[in-house]
Amino acid sequence: MTTISKPHKQSTGLRWPRKEAPERAAWEEAPTPVMKVAKTTTLIIVVLAVLLPLYTIVLTSISTQATITNAGGLVIIPGEISWDAYRQIFTGGVVTRAIMVSVGITAVGTILSLVVSVLCAYGLSRPGTLAHTPLLFVLLITMFFAAGMIPSYLLVSGLGMIDSYAALILPSCISVFNIIILRGFFMGIDQGILDSARIDGASEWRILGQIVLPMSKAVTAVIALFYGVGYWNAFFNAILYINDSSKNPLQVVLRSYVLQGVSVPGQISVGQGVAASLALQMAVIVVAMVPILFVYPFVQKHFTKGVMIGAVKG
Amino acid sequence: METLLTKEAAASSGTVDSGEGAATGGPKRRRSSSKGPKVKQEVRAGLGLKARFRRDKSLIFMTLPAVLLLAVFAYVPILGNVVAFQDYSPFVGIPDSPWVGLDNFVRVLTDTNFWLAVKNTLVITAFQLFFFFPIPIFLAILLNSLVSPAVRATIQAIVYLPHFFSWVLVVAVFQQILGGAGLLNQQLLANGWQGMDIMTNPDTFLFLITSQSIWKDAGWGMIVFLAALNAIDPSQYEAAAVDGAGRWKRMWHVTLPGLRPVIILLLILRLGDSLSVGFEQLILQRDAVGAGASEVLDTFVYYTGVQNGDWSYAAAAGLLKGLVSLALILGANKVAHLFGEAGVYSKS
Repeated sequence: MTTISKPHKQSTGLRWPRKEAPERAAWEEAPTPVMKVAKTTTLIIVVLAVLLPLYTIVLTSISTQATITNAGGLVIIPGEISWDAYRQIFTGGVVTRAIMVSVGITAVGTILSLVVSVLCAYGLSRPGTLAHTPLLFVLLITMFFAAGMIPSYLLVSGLGMIDSYAALILPSCISVFNIIILRGFFMGIDQGILDSARIDGASEWRILGQIVLPMSKAVTAVIALFYGVGYWNAFFNAILYINDSSKNPLQVVLRSYVLQGVSVPGQISVGQGVAASLALQMAVIVVAMVPILFVYPFVQKHFTKGVMIGAVKG
Repeated sequence: METLLTKEAAASSGTVDSGEGAATGGPKRRRSSSKGPKVKQEVRAGLGLKARFRRDKSLIFMTLPAVLLLAVFAYVPILGNVVAFQDYSPFVGIPDSPWVGLDNFVRVLTDTNFWLAVKNTLVITAFQLFFFFPIPIFLAILLNSLVSPAVRATIQAIVYLPHFFSWVLVVAVFQQILGGAGLLNQQLLANGWQGMDIMTNPDTFLFLITSQSIWKDAGWGMIVFLAALNAIDPSQYEAAAVDGAGRWKRMWHVTLPGLRPVIILLLILRLGDSLSVGFEQLILQRDAVGAGASEVLDTFVYYTGVQNGDWSYAAAAGLLKGLVSLALILGANKVAHLFGEAGVYSKS
């Protein structure tokens, strides 16, 4: 596919309407050949810069030890394929447990965050209700002044939440920014529909559940992704609040395993060296990014719409 | 909307206010009813607190879980900053720890390590502002100039992706590519060049973390600019072209002015945030590069407080940081107002 050149409209004799790229506006001149080359190269470099590292890491994780040794490290040219690394990861041991912890926290946390945020955003979506301004104020102030790490830590430990999964969920449960995005979208919904439902006697809960939410699936999905990614990627909260290594989420294990070169007990099969094999390390990286790759395509197309609505009206 | 509500609630609560109801019921009033202050006055005149509460109570209840969470996890810790004025000991607790006044602040401000962290923080922010900030703008303009929506959407989807990876993942990927045993080094050594370990070199650390930030977030940063570009009225380009402006002139006189408010908004946010540069990113690489190049305010607070148990001292450093950040945001916003831009918030 060429990126810039105009499609040749006349080349096919078919009259059937095909989906063609829109024409350049009449006043807009086509890029010069030099510009075309420059643009295409830049874009190719940008795309490769993102994809190439991911490609070579995924490929290394499914390569045999021999292929890796031959390549002297990360594998760029595919050789023999082996799923050993993944088999090791998913058959018990530290990584398996960390995956379970991360999956659990992400699932529970995302649902909780989403429910609380949607309720709050809807509750604040109509200026003029009682206590609207002070409540909104309570939210917005936290965007300007954060309490700081030490008092937060003292609070969490004071509540006895050290080494509990709640410490990974509750302190980061809501993001005021996400609530503002949701609220902006709710405010943009045609109020006439909601008013007519109100006249028909629907309660606010029912309006939210049966009218507003079905109308805002896209933005809710985006916010759910934001929260989900936040929990899945949570790293610092775990370092701060979790001392018991058996409760560590995946990101912490990824750090000690790949960045610090710590060998993880119970993970390495007999006969291998002390440090984990490269394939195994890469497999942990892949496992850490797979859920994102999996959810991302479904939500990605809504980003611009969802984020901008919040940003413009916030 | 509010007028309808007012009537409905008034009817249901039995408050008879025929005069007010008639006044708010007119079609002219209704049109302006979504604007704030007027409505409030009307509502206030028409309904007592009790009636308003009865009308709005389900909405208020909906906000309560979030407000409660914020109260506990955002507001209570603000009070917890009192430990900065104490000689806090976790065994004694906040109520019984001795008060020491401003001693901790004096200690912090005379500590060379603290100032090293301040210096590193500011240097890193400035460096990133200069080398990172323009890239999303450039990318957005470049992408916006593509004619095919399919190609544009594909590239967008690809460059947004790294934003959703964790910092651990990003640093791990960089280590695999650029580290001592990484891909780049392999290729260099295999081709008879001298190897280099970029990941542990304090001299190139600034470039390293900036390129990590670019890899992770440049694509995502584009989103706002793309939206702003979409919002520019095409007739402006047309008019400019009719007046004889070439592509570069159009970019200078139409595109960039169209982006100006967004650019200023993001600059303000960035400045307000300038004392909190990439905490996770730096804490992950502090071991490899050493504190000399990678200690920023947040890592300083973490290591002195949580790691070394010097709670009051770290809290004082953290409080200083919070206050300066707040001042930076308010100040930057003020400057934006002076330049006639909307800024982050406005008095309305």
